[in-house]
Amino acid sequence: MSSEWPLWEVFIRGQHGLNHRHVGSLHAPDAEMAINNARDVYTRRNEGVSIWVVRSSDIVASAPSEKGPLFEPSNSKVYRHPTFFDIPDEVGHM
Amino acid sequence: MYAQMVKTDAARIKGLDEMDPQERVFQQRIDTGQKIEPKEWMPEAYRKTLIRQISQHAHSEIVGQLPEGNWITRAPTLERKAILLAKVQDEAGHGLYLYCAAETLGISRDQMYEQLHSGKAKYSSIFNYPTLSWADIGAIGWLVDGAAIMNQVPLQRCSYGPYARAMVRICKEESFHQRQGFDILAKMVRGTPAQKEMVQDALDRWWWPSLMMFGPSDDASVHSAQSMAWKIKQNSNDELRQKFVDQTVPQAEYLGLTVPDPDLKWNEEKGGYDFGEPDWSEFFEVIAGNGPCNAERLGARRKAWGDGTWFRDGLTAHAEKVAARRAKSVAAE
Repeated sequence: MSSEWPLWEVFIRGQHGLNHRHVGSLHAPDAEMAINNARDVYTRRNEGVSIWVVRSSDIVASAPSEKGPLFEPSNSKVYRHPTFFDIPDEVGHM
Repeated sequence: MYAQMVKTDAARIKGLDEMDPQERVFQQRIDTGQKIEPKEWMPEAYRKTLIRQISQHAHSEIVGQLPEGNWITRAPTLERKAILLAKVQDEAGHGLYLYCAAETLGISRDQMYEQLHSGKAKYSSIFNYPTLSWADIGAIGWLVDGAAIMNQVPLQRCSYGPYARAMVRICKEESFHQRQGFDILAKMVRGTPAQKEMVQDALDRWWWPSLMMFGPSDDASVHSAQSMAWKIKQNSNDELRQKFVDQTVPQAEYLGLTVPDPDLKWNEEKGGYDFGEPDWSEFFEVIAGNGPCNAERLGARRKAWGDGTWFRDGLTAHAEKVAARRAKSVAAE
């Protein structure tokens, strides 16, 4: 009768002041066990100070096929980067 | 290696001009070193080959806990016991990283377990040998994990993102495994003559099976060529084996041990050792399920999975109950 435990995505804050970062996933019956398992699977060597777990099924991802429509618009706006503008050397640091 | 003789479904390697446009774009991305990510288009054979390779790799990590677990309660000191426990726990972790990587390709965890327990999926031949003395634990870390590192370091550059990232984590931890093994042996060879003899005996038994881990020569294998074209394999089996021998022989000499190969000789011209051929008939017997411990290893896995059923179900039932209670109290508000 056994049914598979749901999949959770694990995010770890490596140090104070940094963002949580996705490190992998694991199976667990509930959120509490997911945190416990994440501790054992992903932080055996002091890799973190905080853990987030999210059910994988709750994550909404952009589709690879949407890459064009999603990211194309920003590709053409090179002026958003400061290096787009030439500042004369005499002006100094800006 | 941890994944041996992985089939690719390829009869021969296709040229770019023979591929349909989608596959050509895919191959060109791989050729330029781009990573392939889970939901992106990939040829069905690439997906299947990766599932075979990653799941076999994961099974090896999991089954690999068994020969070492045999010595946790027999470790000579409390410190050695704690170290071995940490090492075996790492192997479980490695198995879990890899299972997750394989799951991104559309196979479920239970399907993979089923394939392992039914004998359909393979795991590395090396774990079907017994651990007879404490020196075997040293030999496994030094030789088996040493051979694993040879293979896993290049796999960090594998074309499939989740597999490559799992390998980065694994490689970071693997060096601890090899060193703790070498440290066990370095201590024993400085001990009594009987202890030194145990180490030599362990090397005598583990040397050839370790060389077999790389698999038979695959220079003529279409599967190997296809895996290389897909960048899920970077070096030939013989290349890696040569590298392993060249690295390991001086370490054996440092320990004052004799490598059990009468044909082993430094070859100045090639800048590496010449060495004998492993007994491949033994390798194929072990792969076919007839090694010294195949039945015991699979039996232990099946028993652990079966005995744990009530516990897994219990946790699931508890989680469902708590969720139902919460939903009810939310509805009542």
